[in-house]
Amino acid sequence: MTTSPKLDAKIPDGQLEQKWTKYRSTVPLVNPANKRNLEIIIVGSGLAGASAAASLAELGYKVKVFCFQDSARRAHSIAAQGGINAAKNYQNDGDSTYRLFYDTIKGGDYRAREANVYRLAEVSANIIDQCVAQGVPFAREYGGMLDNRSFGGTQVKRTFYAAGQTGQQLLLGAYSALQRQVGLGQVEMLTRHEMLDIVNIDGKCRGIIARDAVTGKLERHFGHAVLLCSGGYGNVFFLSTNAMGSNVTAAWKAHKKGAFFGNPCFTQIHPTCIPVSGDHQSKLTLMSESLRNDGRIWVPKRKEDAEAIRTGKLNPNDLKEEDRDYYLERRYPAFGNLVPRDVASRAAKERCDAGFGVNRTGEAVYLDFAFNMKYKYGKKEATKKGIQNPTEEQLTELGKAVVKEQYGNLFDMYQQITGVNPYENPMMIYPAVHYTMGGLWVDYNLMTTVPGLYALGEANFSDHGANRLGASALMQGLADGYFVIPYTIGAYLSNEIRTKAIDTNHEAFEAAEKSVRERLEKLKNINGTKTVDYFHKRLGKIMWDQCGMARNEQGLKQAIADIQALRADFWKDVRVPGGLNEFNPELEKAGRVADFLELGELMCRDALNRNESCGGHFREEFQTEEGEALRDDENFGYVAAWEMTGDANWELHREDLKYENIKIAQRSYK
Amino acid sequence: MSGNMNLTLKVWRQKNKDDRGKFETYPVQHISPDMSFLEMFDVLNERLINEGKDPVAFDHDCREGICGMCSMFINGRPHGPLQGVTTCQLHMRSFKNGDTIVVEPWRASAFPVIKDLAVDRSAFDRIISAGGFISVNTGNAQDANSIPIPKDDADAAFAAATCIGCGACVAACKNASAMLFVSAKVSQFALLPQGQAERQERVLNMVAQMDAEGFGSCTNTGACEAECPKGISLSNIARMNRDYIGAQLSVQKA
Ligand SMILES: Cc1cc2nc3c(=O)[nH]c(=O)nc-3n(C[C@H](O)[C@H](O)[C@H](O)COP(=O)(O)OP(=O)(O)OC[C@H]3O[C@@H](n4cnc5c(N)ncnc54)[C@H](O)[C@@H]3O)c2cc1C
Ligand code: SF4
Ligand code: FES
Repeated sequence: MTTSPKLDAKIPDGQLEQKWTKYRSTVPLVNPANKRNLEIIIVGSGLAGASAAASLAELGYKVKVFCFQDSARRAHSIAAQGGINAAKNYQNDGDSTYRLFYDTIKGGDYRAREANVYRLAEVSANIIDQCVAQGVPFAREYGGMLDNRSFGGTQVKRTFYAAGQTGQQLLLGAYSALQRQVGLGQVEMLTRHEMLDIVNIDGKCRGIIARDAVTGKLERHFGHAVLLCSGGYGNVFFLSTNAMGSNVTAAWKAHKKGAFFGNPCFTQIHPTCIPVSGDHQSKLTLMSESLRNDGRIWVPKRKEDAEAIRTGKLNPNDLKEEDRDYYLERRYPAFGNLVPRDVASRAAKERCDAGFGVNRTGEAVYLDFAFNMKYKYGKKEATKKGIQNPTEEQLTELGKAVVKEQYGNLFDMYQQITGVNPYENPMMIYPAVHYTMGGLWVDYNLMTTVPGLYALGEANFSDHGANRLGASALMQGLADGYFVIPYTIGAYLSNEIRTKAIDTNHEAFEAAEKSVRERLEKLKNINGTKTVDYFHKRLGKIMWDQCGMARNEQGLKQAIADIQALRADFWKDVRVPGGLNEFNPELEKAGRVADFLELGELMCRDALNRNESCGGHFREEFQTEEGEALRDDENFGYVAAWEMTGDANWELHREDLKYENIKIAQRSYK
Repeated sequence: MSGNMNLTLKVWRQKNKDDRGKFETYPVQHISPDMSFLEMFDVLNERLINEGKDPVAFDHDCREGICGMCSMFINGRPHGPLQGVTTCQLHMRSFKNGDTIVVEPWRASAFPVIKDLAVDRSAFDRIISAGGFISVNTGNAQDANSIPIPKDDADAAFAAATCIGCGACVAACKNASAMLFVSAKVSQFALLPQGQAERQERVLNMVAQMDAEGFGSCTNTGACEAECPKGISLSNIARMNRDYIGAQLSVQKA
């Protein structure tokens, strides 16, 4: 296997540990006077976009930021709960840059690029420093030092957190740095604006077309470089833990104009989400992975008991210890409840498919805190308080207070949504779509295959291979924005100092705006009989059934045909109310679903092409005897980068993955 | 459809900021008590679209109570009847079959209506730009554990930092004051050692911007605290007032 000539990852030479250091001290610089004349467009104000915008503006570049929400602070990063990883080794438990690098590559099932992941691990520690300096209130121990918790797929405690609201606190930190630059006039922030196309001139990306969501006006914006920080595309499944507005549009428009899409089928299905309860649901809610620090996952050992629980005849609290199957602890004793997400999700599906599910739909397992509440925390508190021979009730009460402090907001959210009190009853959880490892293919500089167009954060195909470890997305978003792009963009912009701002009357801007307008008019004029949600829900069901936790050749082929038919129907029969030149959320949604209807097909094609199982991509035809994912490194040890060559036509390019510092092995968490 | 609740909605409809706006009445049927308030609006909108009518515009995104985007004034209370809950986390089991529910946008001159239930809260961003930050450029930071922070201070700063910027405090206040929002940010930094260098300047600049945006003054009615979905405490306002007076005095002296 050789790498396609169209994919030059531009990995610096030298030893792994030296690559980034050497790169940083040799990458061409742009002097301050020239920076002032260079304009950068950033689409997205989440962790990746806000941190990039603030850092680049501080350096002196002229920055414009776009987001579709009414404030930069509301980007979807705000919803991240559990934490952010960093190789600080504050716990003295053996963590190091290498170990974080190793865990990430292994967790990703050996489908990520070594050099990028090593750099990520290297800068991780700086992120925590930067955030603390900004006033991000991470959780602390009594001595005033930062606290850590564990996340899946690791055996050290390296996750920093702020209760169950880590993303919120990190984003507010980056947002305040961004707003500071807005106040200083270095950043122009355009909220309620949606980017609807990129503009390429002479083979380089030179700007975007955006729609002002309040007035409906289409606008042209020039930039010497454009950064897409537009998040992930999990909403292609309709139901996911993503915010309602999360979408693929920005990345997809870029894909249609030449940016290759990397590993589109690599989707993360998160094991601990509140199960689907009915057809009215508009989204699914995550219960943070941090809960697996203290919650034990189980189903009944006997089908009769599961049946009795489902019909309400048996209270799970009454089921004896020996009648419970703590299946993760049983199957994976080394990692127990803290196996990586893909493994935990598949194991839950396996138990439920076998008839052991515990809610009405049969698609739920328990996440139970009773044991640790009593014996881990209750006992500790009793000792601290000098209570001799505490009763079981006392232990529970004491432990409850600790659990409340650690996870209070998550427990409240659970109760609010389900109407069930999780302090008294085990939580019910089931896997749900959560994150997309796939995204725009980028080189070491984070540049896509279109010169001048970059992708950061969840929008790129990223450092997580075929499965992302918990608390690593926040790390990657902030690494990209604070510490990587400020250096790597110099490699490009140092050659652009003589490029004058291009007039947006240029024919390329004209043509791009025209095609955006025509598409909006086309959507509007169909005036069919079905709502946008009708199509979105159907697409979601196809994707979940055929391209979800388990995939196979026949199902994927069927899905491709079904999506094509659904897409044709959409363009014949969708109804978009309201006008183009006004605030029109349905119109925005229609455009996004139209793009999902194209992306869904590519995801299925990618899944069909990858005749192996790895990480979140599980092909039923390729599994070990114990039902674990069976990789095929020889034939599929590559990044699949898809080039769009025409309407629903793609050409596959391969980037061969070389492991020089890690010995690849069958991933084992036993 | 999934439920058996039948309700009457009286919803504020306003085409744009210049339109006068009025209430429209919509009956909704077969609502499940497990639906969220916004999912109930999804059902209504789906029907309106099918009937060829204009759906109700409203703001929302995370639907998890954290982004601060949702903003409905329900039966005279921002985010509805429950305490500590945003509109998106309010579920229909909090209402009774047969209820009439009145839904309006946030009302404040500093939050002009964009359409129906969506308002413009960009004034909040401008207040943050005026001083809601610690001036530290990327790369300037020292090791995170070189500044030990007592757990109680860290926890108090965190409590203030949980504000989601939704604006319910403004909507709840008869004067449309933004004091709770502004004081939460001022307090977060006032409680941390990192925030001390700019402490005085910050409070002066943020309050000046707040006044410039046309928010009303605070008369200590406490409606903001009662309606805040994140339980931001009035004590933040007291802290901000103290800081403000102190900062003014030292500016006068200088
Ligand atoms: C519920 C939940 C919990 C999570 N918890 C964790 C966790 O504990 N730890 C962890 O590491 N990761 C977690 N993740 C993952 C992590 O939050 C995300 O991967 C990460 O925040 C993505 O950041 P981002 O900056 O790439 O994109 P986002 O934060 O999604 O931001 C996207 C931005 O792009 C803008 N945008 C998008 N399209 C357009 C367009 N066409 N025009 C204009 N603007 C556009 C949006 O307005 C927004 O500003 C969680 C994810 C979810 C869903
Ligand atoms: S103080 Fe409370 S009500 Fe006001 S904006 Fe913040 S979270 Fe909303
Ligand atoms: S939609 Fe995000 S807080 Fe309600």
